[in-house]
Order: sequence, then C-alpha cells, then structure tokens
Amino acid sequence: MPQSAEKILDHGPLFREPEYQEMFARKKACDGAASIDATALQSEYTKGWEYREKNFAREALVINPAKACQPLGAVFAAAGFEKTMSFVHGSQGCAAYFRSHLSRHFKEPCTAVSSSMTEDAAVFGGLNNMIDGLANCYSLYQPKMIAVSTTCMAEVIGDDLHGFIGNAKAKGSVPEDFDVPFAHTPSFVGSHIDGYDNSIKGILEHFWKDNPVVASASETINIVPGFDGFCVGNNRELGRMLDLMGVSYKLIGDAADQFDTPSDGEYRMYDGGTTIDDLKAAKGAKATLALQHWNSRKTLEYAGSVGQETASFNYPLGIRATDELLMKISSLSGKAIPEALRLERGRLVDAMADSQAYLHGKRYAIFGDPDFVQAMARFILETGGEPVHCLSTNGGKEWAEDMQVLFDSSPFGKDCKAYAHKDLWHLRSLMFTEPVDFLIGNSHGKYLERDTKTPLIRLTFPIFDRHHHHRFPVIGYQGGLRVLTTILDKLFDKLDAETNIAGETDISFDLTR
Amino acid sequence: MAALRQIAFYGKGGIGKSTTSQNTLAALVEMGQKILIVGCDPKADSTRLILNAKAQDTVLHLAAEHGSVEDLELEDVLKVGYKGIKCVESGGPEPGVGCAGRGVITSINFLEENGAYDDVDYVSYDVLGDVVCGGFAMPIRENKAQEIYIVMSGEMMALYAANNISRGILKYANTGGVRLGGLICNERQTDRELDLAEALAKRINTKLIHFVPRDNIVQHAELRKQTVIQYAPDSKQAEEYRQLATKIHENGGKGTIPTPITMEELEDMLLAFGIMKTDEQMIAELAAKEAARQAAVPA
Repeated sequence: MPQSAEKILDHGPLFREPEYQEMFARKKACDGAASIDATALQSEYTKGWEYREKNFAREALVINPAKACQPLGAVFAAAGFEKTMSFVHGSQGCAAYFRSHLSRHFKEPCTAVSSSMTEDAAVFGGLNNMIDGLANCYSLYQPKMIAVSTTCMAEVIGDDLHGFIGNAKAKGSVPEDFDVPFAHTPSFVGSHIDGYDNSIKGILEHFWKDNPVVASASETINIVPGFDGFCVGNNRELGRMLDLMGVSYKLIGDAADQFDTPSDGEYRMYDGGTTIDDLKAAKGAKATLALQHWNSRKTLEYAGSVGQETASFNYPLGIRATDELLMKISSLSGKAIPEALRLERGRLVDAMADSQAYLHGKRYAIFGDPDFVQAMARFILETGGEPVHCLSTNGGKEWAEDMQVLFDSSPFGKDCKAYAHKDLWHLRSLMFTEPVDFLIGNSHGKYLERDTKTPLIRLTFPIFDRHHHHRFPVIGYQGGLRVLTTILDKLFDKLDAETNIAGETDISFDLTR
Repeated sequence: MAALRQIAFYGKGGIGKSTTSQNTLAALVEMGQKILIVGCDPKADSTRLILNAKAQDTVLHLAAEHGSVEDLELEDVLKVGYKGIKCVESGGPEPGVGCAGRGVITSINFLEENGAYDDVDYVSYDVLGDVVCGGFAMPIRENKAQEIYIVMSGEMMALYAANNISRGILKYANTGGVRLGGLICNERQTDRELDLAEALAKRINTKLIHFVPRDNIVQHAELRKQTVIQYAPDSKQAEEYRQLATKIHENGGKGTIPTPITMEELEDMLLAFGIMKTDEQMIAELAAKEAARQAAVPA
C-alpha cells in the first residue's frame, strides 16, 4: 500500500502512486473512454474558429456560467446588518450551499438557517416550516433581526412571505414588533446580484414603509455597496476616504466585520453591520448612492420613491471612477475633497506612469459581475491596455451598450467587445481564437488558465484558491494601487517565466524590470 | 388620479368567470374607467371577448420563445381591446406538464416591473378555478387585489368552490389587505337559487353583489367573440352587467374578511334548502322505489 502511518501522503502524490495509476487506467478502459489521440484531436478542434461559431450558436445549454443564484446575494446582503440572521425559506441543501460558498471565499464562518422544507412542505406549503423555523431561530440564535429569502422550491409552490411571516407572528413565533424583513428571491430568475438588490430593498421597505422621516439624518448620505467579495477591504477603505472628507454617511449593509472577525478567544456569531437605528434614520437621508448600479436598480428606485436623490456608479475602481464618486459626494455634502486624497490620486497616477512601458498595449479578457467587468475594463483602458473580451453572464443588453460607450471613449477600446449573457465556455472559444495576455476574473478562471495558458489574475468574487485578497481594497485610489500591483506582479512573473531558460531565453532574464 | 383599484374574479371552472368579468369590465370602461385585464389561466381566454379574438401572444409563451422573461418587452404582450381596455394573458404550460401556478407569479411580477400598472384605474385578474396552489393565490397577495369577487351559481359544486375560495382568501386576509368583495351569482336556474346564494353570502360574512339572470344573448355575443355590452348594448342583459359594474365600482373598500364554513355546515345548509338529501332520506326513497317496483310486478 502506498499509504503508511509513518509517512502520510497528501492526495496529490498519493494518487500518482502506481497502484492508483493502474486503477485509473482500468477504470478508463472499463468506461470505454476515447483514446488519448481521439481526445487530443477533439480538444484541438474546440480551439478553432469553426467551433467558436458553433459554440456561440449554442441555445439550449449553459456551460460554467459566471454567476450564482439570487438567495446567495440575499444571504450576503443580510450579513451586512447588526445581529441579523439569514433565514432561507426552502430546503436545507440550498442554505448549506450559500454558507459554504461565502465561507470558502472569506475564510470565515457564515451563518444562515433554513426552514428545511421537505416533501410534505412542497405539497402543503411551507407555512408550518416558517412558523417553527422563525421560533427556533429566534430562541436559539438571539438575533436582533431575521432576514428571510426564498429558494426555488418555495417560489415554485408560490409561498407568500408577507402572509407567512404575519401568520407566524400571530402564532407567536417571534414577537409582533420583531423585525423580519423579507425578499422573494427565486433562484431561477436573474442572479445573486438581483437577490442582493431584492434583499436590500426588502430591508429598506420594512424599516421605511410606515416610519416617519427622521429630520436629523438630512445631511447624511446613504451608500449601498452592492454584492462585493472585497467588502472587507473596500468598505473600510471607503469609510477612510469619507472620514477624510468629513462627510456624514451610512453604509446600507456593511459585511466587512461579519466576514473578518478576529481570533481573540471570543466567537462572534454576529459582528458589525448597519444598525437598525441607522437603518430607520436612513429614510431621512439627503441621498442614496449605489456603488454598483446593476446590483441596486430596485433599491435605488425605492429610495427615489421616498424622495431621496439617487445616483449610481459602476464599482469605483481606478482613477476616473473614483474621481466621479468623490466629486459626487463632495457636491452632495458640500465638503471639499481634501488634499490628502488629491495626493493619493497623484501617487496612483505616478505609479501607473512608472509601469507604463509594460502595461501599454497588453490585451485582457475580463469576466465577472457586470459592475466589476465595467470597472475593470475602464481601469485597464486607463493603463493603456485593451480589455478585448469582456464577458458577464449576468450582464444584460443595456450593460453591453454601456460597455460599448466605454470602449468608444478610448482609442484602446477599438477592438474590444462586451459579451452579455455568455458563459465561461464561450470565453474559452474567444481566448483560443483571439488570444489575450491576461485573464482577469475569479477562481473559476483557473480552468481557462490551464487550457489556454493565459495567466489568471484573481480580482473578484469568488476566490476560493487564494487567501486573504479580499482583506485589501480594490476601490478608491489605494485600491487602484493594489489592483495595479496585482496585475504587474503577474505580468513580471510571466515575463520571468518566459526568459528563464539558461542559455536560451535568458538574454532577457533581467534583474531590473 | 384615484388610487389604483385591483380586483380579482375567482370561481369554479366553467361557471362563467371570464364571461362575467369581461362583460362587467366592458361596462366599467363605459363609465370612463381605464382598465387592465390580467388573464391568469393557461387557456388564455380571459380577454377573448374584449379583444374580439383569442390572444396569441401570452407572456409565458413569448418568454419561452425568447428564452427568458427578462428579454420580453411590455409592448409584446399588452394588447388593446374594446374601448381601450388593456389586456394581457399570462398563458402557461400545456395540460399535464410544468407549473401554471409559477407562471402566474412570473407574469404578474413581469407586468408590475415593466410598468403595466401605470396609468390605469382598475386591474382585474381573472383566475382559473379554485385557489389550487400558491401560484394561483398570487393575485390575493399583499399589494395585489384588494377585493375578490367569487362567481358562483346555485349548483352544489359551485357553492363548494365559493366556500373553498373564501378559505384561501382568509389565509391572506388576517395579515394583509385582501378582502372578499362579494358573490356574483350566475343564474343556472337551479332550485331556490337566489335564496341559496344569499344564504351562503350571509354565512361566509359577505353579500351577494348581483344576481345575473340567465339570457341566451350572452351565448350569441360570445359566439361573435364579443361582450353583450358590445354586441347588444341596449339589451336587458347589458343593463344587468352595467348594474353589476356600478355595484362593484361602489363597493371599493367595502370588502370583508370571510368566515368560511366547514363541509358539514355547507352540507347542512344544502339539506335545509332541500338541495341535498340526508342518507336516511335517500335510503327511504330507494326503499319506496323498490317497494313500488315490487308492487308493480304481477304476482
């Protein structure tokens, strides 16, 4: 046996031992798998233009979509509020998926409960599950608020959350005045960014609907960050910038502390987040800004309907996007942008100029949520690069139009194209037929990296296979510096790898780059 | 502009919901109301008399064609019929497959999100059969229909259905704003029909809004894909529908929380009206019949 107690082999080396190799070979023969040559031939075919056209004509199949489902966004959104428990009305497996998905990225525990619907609930409706579930959740986990979302199952059978929660309260599951905001988040409609939007809107509606406007908040600006895997670094960076400006602001949903709890001997089921008092007061705010437009359309519409000024951005990453955010906040608050921020901007511009010789003309493929892709493409254009393939599975027609406007605004955008509603298998075809230098996206891109030999730069959710990146910001000028460094590190690693064969390519294996 | 009024018509299948609702709405439009009809029946025949044709482009049919409901435009599904009444059919799957209830949810969400409810005074939902599942209760949810009108008749099964529907309404009424607007009795010429309808209305804490007499002219109009209001505006039947429309119009905010009764109570009521017979009565009748037959046989 290759495994022994004296020397435990990890799965990597273990499965390369002859016993396992032999077993794999037997299994392959038994499965009647295609020969290595036939596989190679087919693999080669999938790299060509002919296959690309077939691939893009694909109608009835999605392969590796770069998106998750609505309740994931709702669970993330709920994590941004003070002592709030996420309650997923539906089956247990769904809730487990949301928790593990967020945990794998943040490397932090993620708490959520489900109403554990089973066969009988599918037939009779999930009201009893709601009644028991709310009662259990309330007494076991002592939350200040329970935010309810739904999975496919509850949605297909048409469970009505408003009625159910009212009935559960009438049965005494939770006190009558206990806060149970809710959002219908059918998994089969839209994506996690819509779930985020629905959830935030549901929470605001719950606290704003019948409550009077608090006048003391009239100088405050509400900021809705959007679904953001980098919320830990970003929300803190945003707060730092706004504190420098002396602006009165409130984040509507801030999961930074919840997904970054310290190890100091005390377990925190809940940490940080927007307080309920702040949420109520937020109705009287001067304005509500959304950092991610495509994440917050319904929320902003609702904020507008209670008389607030609204504005949205596409993830303020890079020079101009940060400029726009700060200038908008400055004009709303009447507070000037301080010298310290002006200097930070100058330093980022300087850094970009320092590396210009390497960045100029580099070609990129970018995938992810629509706001991220938009922001990233804009920053790449600022560095003199070409965001050739910009793909977003959950981006729509309007997003693609916005992207085209962005491409048209720069000479580097000439050969760039946005692909809405496309998946990572489409991106594979794009990258084989029109190769790029780098791929920017999340961990799911590592298979494209392997296939196409294009280095992957992990800059957006989910990042499962690298640690702690989300603890640093990517927005603002400081975040821009971080993104710039990350891209450059990959670029120089690649350059070194291409020039490190002694006596062959090492004429350019330079100490100084 | 007055606040948007949302109403829904429910009732046993084949009771004449669609006919009654379309005739009533045609009368309402004469009264200067701007109306949107949302047909929530996979058969998509809730707007046929208003459009003078069966609607072909249902929300779900087009959504399936486009691949996703997000790719639909409101103009694709909104048709304008008699005197400017806006009509949408939700549509749904073929019999025996899929989930029509989810279809209703999808369609209504789509319409709301795309502004179909802007610039109308009335939204009327026409909903298939009983409240068979959560999806068909969508129009009863909060911020949807404020009043439900149950179309029924003096037939036993129609009474059962009316009682069942009020049970569905009750589930939502305690936590929300939905109320039972009243019963509309479509005359079937059964025994003591009016009395029975009024008695049931009283028992379930509502009222009989209108008793619509039976008139063949409705069928004549229907064959021509028209409402009576359009086909024979001066007829007596058109006047009945106008009365019904006026009553519904004036009934805004006057709905009640129903008090549905148990099956036993309903059967007792039918017994009291002589519609149904007790087991003993039936056995006695059978015995009498048997005795008569025996007597008729020559010895």
